[in-house]
Amino acid sequence: MAADILLDVVNLGKSYGDFAVLKGVSFSLRRGERVALIGPSGSGKSTCLRAINYLDPPTQGEVRLDGQVIGRRSDGRRMSDLELAPQRAEIGMVFQHFHLWPHLCVRSNVALQPRKVRGLSHDEAAKLADELLAKVQLGHKADEMPHRLSGGQQQRVAIARALAQQPKLLLFDEPTSALDPELVGEVLTVIKELAGEGRAMVLVTHEIAFAREVADRIIFMDGGRIVEEGPAQSVLDDPQAPRLKQFLTSLAQRERGDG
Amino acid sequence: MDSSLMNAVVDALLSGAVTTIKVTAGALAVALCIGIALSAAAFLTSNFVVHAAVRIYVEALRNVPSLTFLFLLYFGLAALGFRLSSMVAAILGLGLIGGAITIDIFRSGFQAVPSGQAEAAASIGLTPLAAFRLIILPQGLRFALPSLGNYAIALIKDTSLVAAIAAPEIMFNARQLVNETFETAFIYGAAALVYLFLTMSVAQGVSLLERRLEVR
Repeated sequence: MAADILLDVVNLGKSYGDFAVLKGVSFSLRRGERVALIGPSGSGKSTCLRAINYLDPPTQGEVRLDGQVIGRRSDGRRMSDLELAPQRAEIGMVFQHFHLWPHLCVRSNVALQPRKVRGLSHDEAAKLADELLAKVQLGHKADEMPHRLSGGQQQRVAIARALAQQPKLLLFDEPTSALDPELVGEVLTVIKELAGEGRAMVLVTHEIAFAREVADRIIFMDGGRIVEEGPAQSVLDDPQAPRLKQFLTSLAQRERGDG
Repeated sequence: MDSSLMNAVVDALLSGAVTTIKVTAGALAVALCIGIALSAAAFLTSNFVVHAAVRIYVEALRNVPSLTFLFLLYFGLAALGFRLSSMVAAILGLGLIGGAITIDIFRSGFQAVPSGQAEAAASIGLTPLAAFRLIILPQGLRFALPSLGNYAIALIKDTSLVAAIAAPEIMFNARQLVNETFETAFIYGAAALVYLFLTMSVAQGVSLLERRLEVR
């Protein structure tokens, strides 16, 4: 069973001075498994996600990917960004605000990692980029500059960029929160497709229906802790914790109000 | 006004302009090299010694009058046995002073790059140096370009200072000719026009470059 574990998050915590945003979060992810982190804003779910690849280094606890401790040397000291680089290369990350590089064309955005980190030749990297762009339905935009694309297209490029790493794990940090409502669907479709391929993912999302569809398990966080977790179906349809019930009710009300 | 005076003025100002352009180009090259190297070093390291050294350099050269520094380099070093030619002293002096200015220009250019850019670079596994070179530097340079243009124009004007250490640039030649001919208004007026032409050419060039690079 242990060999099946891809990601192990153990007692992860993050404090700014006296203020703790993350208070001892533990969960693990099997190979090919998808976990969605949901919860109200300020619940610590994004911090938790960003602690996994040490973009927001945790102040307590441990992250292990494939048995290897992320971000800490064997003596327990924090790694420098230079030492972290090869570990981060194995974890793809998709950001809320895409963070495409505006001075590079779409193809170069995707080809940069294989070229500069994994040492592929210019042609190999370009070919891989074109394949991945075709996969996210943007093969025809390879030569465009990012600012000429819609938000949904930019986010799909960002997903292709993460895939180009050939990562063991994909992290999605509210990938549709910055999008106009009519552009959300195209991004979710791509992510669902990736889920269908059995890629391991941790998703932070506000889209409950999407979480239900894509995630094997759902973790509900509040106040920097895990309040409830379990199979997507049971967490969403049969919530136990009062806080989760309240959260789901307010989301449902808001959706009805909007609709 | 006779044509021999006209010829003398044209000769003096043209050869002066050539020297001014040489000093400007040389000092600009020195200033840009120092500025990029030190601002990059400061960006990439949190080492206290590096930051302190950069700060001391910037504060020292920004708070000493340029003329004082040029005299120190030209006359001061000569008195200690290191004789620099007036051209070398001019380029080195203005370049070192400019380095203190361009460091801050580059640094604010790098800081203007949104933090998500560096995060995305780190997340794909680029080393800090590669992230700087491939992601931060190209964008930061675009942000820095307008200020660099202003600096280059200020530098052209500041080259008039090196007349005081006998570098034969526009003002040096103009003053000599005034001493010989006493055509004060005409000669200094012509000198002003030459400066105006040089500075406006640079301003044009920079705004062309800006449009080409389309800062976003």
